[in-house]
Amino acid sequence: MKNDIVLAGVGGQGILSIAAAIGLAAVNSNLYIKQSEVHGMSQRGGDVQSHLRISDRPIASDLIPAGKADMIISVEPMEGLRYLPLLADSGWLVTNTTPFINIPDYPKPDDIIARIKAVKHHIAIDADSIAKEAGSARSSNIVMLGAASLFLDIPFERIEEGIRQLFGRKGEDVVQQNLKALKLGREFSEKNR
Amino acid sequence: MNNNKLLLLGDEAIAQGAIDGGLSGIYAYPGTPSTEIMEYVQASKQAAEQNIHRQWSANEKTAMEAAIGMSYAGKRAMVCFKHVGLNVAADAFINASITGVNGGLIVVSADDPSMHSSQNEQDSRFYAKFAMIPILEPSNQQEAYDMAYFGFELSEKLNVPVMLRITTRMAHSRAGVVRRQVKLQNQLKLPSDPRQFVLLPSIARKNYKKLLVAQSAMEMESESASFNALIPGSSHGLGIIATGIAYNYLIENYPDHKCPFPVLKICQYPIPRKQVAELYNTCDQILVLEEGYPIVEEMLRGFLNLGKPIHGRLDGTLPRDGELNPNIVAKALGLPVTEGQPIPDVVKNRPPSLCQGCGHRDVYEDLNEALKEYGTGRVFSDIGCYTLGALPPFNAINSCVDMGASITMAKGAADAGLVPAVAVIGDSTFTHSGMTGLLDAVVENSPITVIISDNSTTGMTGGQQSSATGRIVEICRGIGVHPDHIRVVTPLKKNHEENVRIIKEELAYNGVSVIIPQRECIQTFARRKKAEKKESNE
Ligand SMILES: Cc1ncc(C[n+]2csc(CCOP(=O)(O)OP(=O)(O)O)c2C)c(N)n1
Ligand code: SF4
Repeated sequence: MKNDIVLAGVGGQGILSIAAAIGLAAVNSNLYIKQSEVHGMSQRGGDVQSHLRISDRPIASDLIPAGKADMIISVEPMEGLRYLPLLADSGWLVTNTTPFINIPDYPKPDDIIARIKAVKHHIAIDADSIAKEAGSARSSNIVMLGAASLFLDIPFERIEEGIRQLFGRKGEDVVQQNLKALKLGREFSEKNR
Repeated sequence: MNNNKLLLLGDEAIAQGAIDGGLSGIYAYPGTPSTEIMEYVQASKQAAEQNIHRQWSANEKTAMEAAIGMSYAGKRAMVCFKHVGLNVAADAFINASITGVNGGLIVVSADDPSMHSSQNEQDSRFYAKFAMIPILEPSNQQEAYDMAYFGFELSEKLNVPVMLRITTRMAHSRAGVVRRQVKLQNQLKLPSDPRQFVLLPSIARKNYKKLLVAQSAMEMESESASFNALIPGSSHGLGIIATGIAYNYLIENYPDHKCPFPVLKICQYPIPRKQVAELYNTCDQILVLEEGYPIVEEMLRGFLNLGKPIHGRLDGTLPRDGELNPNIVAKALGLPVTEGQPIPDVVKNRPPSLCQGCGHRDVYEDLNEALKEYGTGRVFSDIGCYTLGALPPFNAINSCVDMGASITMAKGAADAGLVPAVAVIGDSTFTHSGMTGLLDAVVENSPITVIISDNSTTGMTGGQQSSATGRIVEICRGIGVHPDHIRVVTPLKKNHEENVRIIKEELAYNGVSVIIPQRECIQTFARRKKAEKKESNE
């Protein structure tokens, strides 16, 4: 079993919380994991990526080889497309559709969506609206995680466990909100895959 | 994977390994990708309980020297910085190999091939070779932990500092790490030879000879080190040398990580001569994979390159610059490579930029306005978030070379007749290495205007405490800047006109002026408020 995942977004969007939740789920499932992060310069509103590799066998490279990623999880629509060279033919692009616009030449959102739809296996989800529906606008990353969870070889319960561990310190309300966000994301993918 | 494993960044693994290995003090100046080593020790309960020294230093040289002092006193010390930090610490670093150590001393230098957050991609291994000391270069997070854990003993045994060299991917990648038993710290103990650290020429000559003699012991350590391994292969058409994490990129390309060619994995230097000779003598050609400069490759080739074919970065088998990855290595091995789809045209570049609401933005708006009458091309800047002022919409600065260079370059340009010349420097960079340059300018009363954009933090690297906080005005006075020409302002939109007027006044002054725009970094402010709220809830 192997899941090679590219996480994409803009510095400050908190893609590492997704990585942390999957990481906990993987550790609890006795899997090997390697996760490379981006720190430093690009965190100031630039594009950021993280490579997350999970396997039942030891993992060699910290970086995912080009054309081998099983999934791109992007919390921003344009950013997911940036990593298509890493995505395998059979891989999934799971992306948020709410743009983060901090550059003057940001493309027309419709053009981006059209390009996402041209990717063979894709899930385009308005995670921000769904998070609001779940009662917490800040959970959009967890909605994304829920949407992506359908394509992970980790049982959904393990991911729920990861969420409980990750947010446990913040109290039961926050945990429940995030579990709800996770479930709504998951349901979206089940309906739209 | 075992549940007792900690999931640690390479940086964190080094920190935990050092703590468990008997560390008494860590000294560092922030710099990507090394920063998280100190941050991990600062956050560690274990480090607090064991009273390990864990404060940031003013710069890499002061950090290095304090670590030498701790080693002198018999205790185990670690010093950490990014690769260019080693340039700043180089004088102390090179001479520490001549003094030798008393307590074990590990120097962590974090290289940044591909320059993700740096001005160059220099390879720290050159420095260790120059200083003639061993290098440990982990290929995974467990080795990073083990090397910090065992590195102190190696340093004490060989009586030299040991370099622990990592690169960005090792520093910032997480994997499972198993801990070892915690060792006690060393007792306070003076060097047995009271003159060991006195580098008068007569003593230095003796110490240097000892260092030269110790080279063979270092080589023997490498030849027997468990971090190095000669892994047999079935096909001897090619022999491969892979150093540090290049080893991972190599075996990633083979099913079950089994390479058909013999592989020499080098993670401890000096280069293990015995194993290199064996590989060379039993294989037709050699491929060298290194994350960084082609150091091993160059040594193996020799100047005239008369031996067997040696492939690597120098003959174009691998790119000459930038970091490696599995695909680059696959190409070098002649293996088929996979590629996904190209990046669609609709994707635009998203360069980093100053945060909305950052005080540096106001500083540049004020400065650009004040400089209109003088024209462009006279603003020397430095390294920090404010370097982003080089990009649109500001296009406000004309240089960024090395930390501290803004003030001294402005002075040099003013000496040449570019008057007024302006320096823009951050608070942490000012106390790192701007102060001495300001003294040069004061001594000659150079016509320069220095803007110390003080956001009370080391913003670029994530908001570490800045040694400058609350001290800048006093420092400038102490250095001898005339009090009338030390101007503190608040960089806010509502003060734009007043600030422009003040900058104009100082530009017109024919001597050294210092303008200090003061407003806390909004990211640091937000983190501080969050921490305060958390504290009051507890
Ligand atoms: C010799 C050296 N050490 C460390 C660094 C990493 N570094 C770059 S900018 C910076 C700090 C800048 O802080 P400050 O001057 O206060 O500016 P700010 O980022 O807060 O605006 C550091 C530590 C470096 N580039 N060179
Ligand atoms: S981190 Fe702080 S100093 Fe850096 S750009 Fe943001 S607000 Fe400005």
